[in-house]
Amino acid sequence: MSLSDHSVELRPKLVGQRVKRTEDPRLLAGVGQYVDDMAPAGMLHVALRRSDQPHARILNIDVGGAFSVPGVIAIYDASDLDNDVTPAIPTSRMPDYYATPIWPLARGKVRYVGEPVVAVVAESRYAAEDALEHITIDYEPLPFAIRQIDAVKDDAPLLHEEAGTNTIIRREFKRGDVDAAFESAAVTVKGRFRMTRKTAVAMENRSYLAEWDPRKQALTLYTSSNIPGVIRDVLSGCLDLPGTRLRVAAPDVGGSFGGKGSLYGEELLVCALARKLKRPIKFISDRLEDLSATSQAFDELIGAELAVTQDGMLIGLRADVIGDVGAYSIYPWTAALETVQVVSFLPGPYRMEHYRGRIRGVLTPKPPTGPYRGVGRPSSTFAMERLIDMAARKLCMDPVEFRRKNLVNAEEFPYRTASGIIWDKSAFQECLAGACAHVDYPNLLLERDEARRNGRWVGIGLASYAELTGIGSRISVAPGMPINTGTETSKIEIDATGAITAAFGIASHGQGLETTLAQVIVDELGCKLEDIEVKHGDSALVPMSSGTYASRSAVLGGGAATLAARVVKGKVLRAAAYLMEQSIDDLDIHAGIVTSRNSNRSMTLKEIASAVYSQMGRIPRNQREDLAASETYDPYLGTACSSTHLAMVEVDPETYGVKVLRYVVAEDCGKIINPMIVDGQVQGAVAQGIGAALLEEIVHDDQGQAVAASLADYLVPVATNVPDIGIVHIEADLPNNIGGFRGMGEGGTIGAPATIANAVSDALSHLDISVETLPVTPERIFQMLQARRDPAAAVTD
Amino acid sequence: MPEKKITLSVSVNGVVHTATVEPRMLLSDFLRHELGLTGTHVGCEHGVCGACTVLLDGRSARSCLTLAVQADGVEIETVEGQGSIDRLGRIQEAFRQHHALQCGFCTPGFIMAITDMLRHHPLESDDQIREALSGNICRCTGYEHIVNAVRELAKERGPLT
Repeated sequence: MSLSDHSVELRPKLVGQRVKRTEDPRLLAGVGQYVDDMAPAGMLHVALRRSDQPHARILNIDVGGAFSVPGVIAIYDASDLDNDVTPAIPTSRMPDYYATPIWPLARGKVRYVGEPVVAVVAESRYAAEDALEHITIDYEPLPFAIRQIDAVKDDAPLLHEEAGTNTIIRREFKRGDVDAAFESAAVTVKGRFRMTRKTAVAMENRSYLAEWDPRKQALTLYTSSNIPGVIRDVLSGCLDLPGTRLRVAAPDVGGSFGGKGSLYGEELLVCALARKLKRPIKFISDRLEDLSATSQAFDELIGAELAVTQDGMLIGLRADVIGDVGAYSIYPWTAALETVQVVSFLPGPYRMEHYRGRIRGVLTPKPPTGPYRGVGRPSSTFAMERLIDMAARKLCMDPVEFRRKNLVNAEEFPYRTASGIIWDKSAFQECLAGACAHVDYPNLLLERDEARRNGRWVGIGLASYAELTGIGSRISVAPGMPINTGTETSKIEIDATGAITAAFGIASHGQGLETTLAQVIVDELGCKLEDIEVKHGDSALVPMSSGTYASRSAVLGGGAATLAARVVKGKVLRAAAYLMEQSIDDLDIHAGIVTSRNSNRSMTLKEIASAVYSQMGRIPRNQREDLAASETYDPYLGTACSSTHLAMVEVDPETYGVKVLRYVVAEDCGKIINPMIVDGQVQGAVAQGIGAALLEEIVHDDQGQAVAASLADYLVPVATNVPDIGIVHIEADLPNNIGGFRGMGEGGTIGAPATIANAVSDALSHLDISVETLPVTPERIFQMLQARRDPAAAVTD
Repeated sequence: MPEKKITLSVSVNGVVHTATVEPRMLLSDFLRHELGLTGTHVGCEHGVCGACTVLLDGRSARSCLTLAVQADGVEIETVEGQGSIDRLGRIQEAFRQHHALQCGFCTPGFIMAITDMLRHHPLESDDQIREALSGNICRCTGYEHIVNAVRELAKERGPLT
């Protein structure tokens, strides 16, 4: 290490510190700006009449007396917008795939309850909703198959006739000779696993506001999206507007968890109407609309079986999965995103040679499934980790020991899984050991056994998993998808006042990236945190952007920030060397002050910026450089973020309610930028996973109607449902990307459902009950007990 | 259908406002869209999530389940009355110290509910704190950091007299 490097190392770094968030003051003071907080002059409101039919032909729309409501400006159905927009097409390179077109309003027929059919534009939302009451839509009901098990059949009624089938996704992964592995196996276990349909439930509902600028003939869409760059690019085509006349910006966004991470017809709608009516148009989803028309999640039937040797080594895995993708393939991710990841991640973090995983993605008359925190992996981890526990139980092995034997070991990295995913070196074994050490596992077993002797139904469950994060251009985030998710751009500029603007393509919506990316820049550039403004969530900031999703922003944004900050730092030091008459090698910059090791001279960034920009002739014209840089980072491959979760739960023998007594997460997310924020992400994601395991469920009845109409029906965890989470950070070998970061925002939601399912199964093991459907509600436990007692009376899901 | 408008007079964070509104106008809409106090958020319009919580004469209430005209003559407190960007109030400061917010959408409702809790609830144990917080939904934090903030605030306050 050189002398100058040594001096750099002595400086306090911000990466790794619990830096308080720069986002907080505005949000805490109630002066954040979410889309619904904006009210430009002349703004009109849209309310939507949505389908109350799961599958029906639209015969007639009668607006009745709707125009008699004071304040109503216009009423539109799909036919009124024919000349205003073209549909978004979620294309894919996957074979045998059908891309369902996405229009603002239903055309000809409706395909799920909640699909927008008629838009009323009025001076107030109250007036627009009043007008909806006057509108009558005549439907001719069409046959439908609401369950994927029926929709997948050859003779099932078709939702999109043009597709010729309901099965719009087919994919198979295989390696080795899995059938032979099963023939040679000492022990096999199998199950039929189901994570029921969920929805993201961000606390801010989806919100859109489009403004038409008649002077520039330009459109701005303010959206609660977490992918404003993707939305700009697709809308440019749908609206035939170049990027110079189309800006998509996400101001403060009240959470997404994936639900705001796809294109919605309502985004197309407000843009088309703002251009048509030449007035600002706002649409704010209410909670019922959110529950019935925001993208939903999971909903696969996973038939899976595992082959194991007598000494507990995994040798083969077979799975046949039917994913219920809802009525449309979503843009840009397509219906392959959730479904294909279930089978590509199913082998998990384990060493296993033989695998065959098949998926069929099937259209049903329900809202489309799309990204939701964890994507595919909550389901795959649930199925695989249940199988692991079932196999361990059958072999009378401890589930920890069983996992220890089969997790990929340090010397085996990089490890190529049976589905082709490559795990770079990550702390698989250390996370397992770390979680067990945190709870004193042997002692916890004794505690459990003691509780059981007192008649309590107590159980312990674990889950180990790995996920691919921070993915570069080598792999699409969703298979075959047409957009670029593998690069991120950072544009850093020091202006004439010495203030620093760092612009990104990411779109933070609760993750605190304004703070964490500033921490990275402070360390690289040597400036002060308070001098940096991080800008994001606006398509106008960098030439191409996508947003924040798929655990990418710390890895890709942090990498791009590092590259750009290094270039800017070089320019600052070159200017300072000239101005201070020093050799560049003798200069350091820290806290916004350039100092020389050979003299007492120093200059602030502000002084340097002033000299460069504002003082003519201070620097010779052939040496003068703007203190700015734009750099794009592509990590090419992704990096594995790994974790083990461990929980102890208690089932009430009278109410069948499940209480989570203990919970610990041991995770390897590489170098931690801000431990406070990482803890918050883990806690929040685990809470969502506990919700998925115990509470949350979107139910469509046989008539195709969604049963949950409010948050009193669709239950998300409240403070009494979630325990304190023990967190063990394991920073083993850093991944081979700039910064050494791994993405970690989704992991909690991946590990928790499986962990809780294993713990509840353990708690009910004396009753010979195995949890194979989540959420494991009191009702489901009751039904499983009934089925044990009286198999003839069993009710199945 | 619109009905005859009614005039009401309310004090919001100590400032008196007089306005004429439709009797059906929700208090949440009145605060947000008539007075421009957009710190109060609407998450469900069903009274379940608690994002719209404000104080009416000192007690927490769902502004999405309250009609503006019901607040005639009432003293209303909203998050804007707790502090400002350059001078955060005590609860706001505790939230920042403990990282008790992420997206910030539910936060104003929590802050107002906690204001009521600190005035009226013993909050002597984490169980009591979690029970008191269970009327508000946060989807980001998993609640632990919010519990930590309230524990500190309750300790600072001391026992209720």
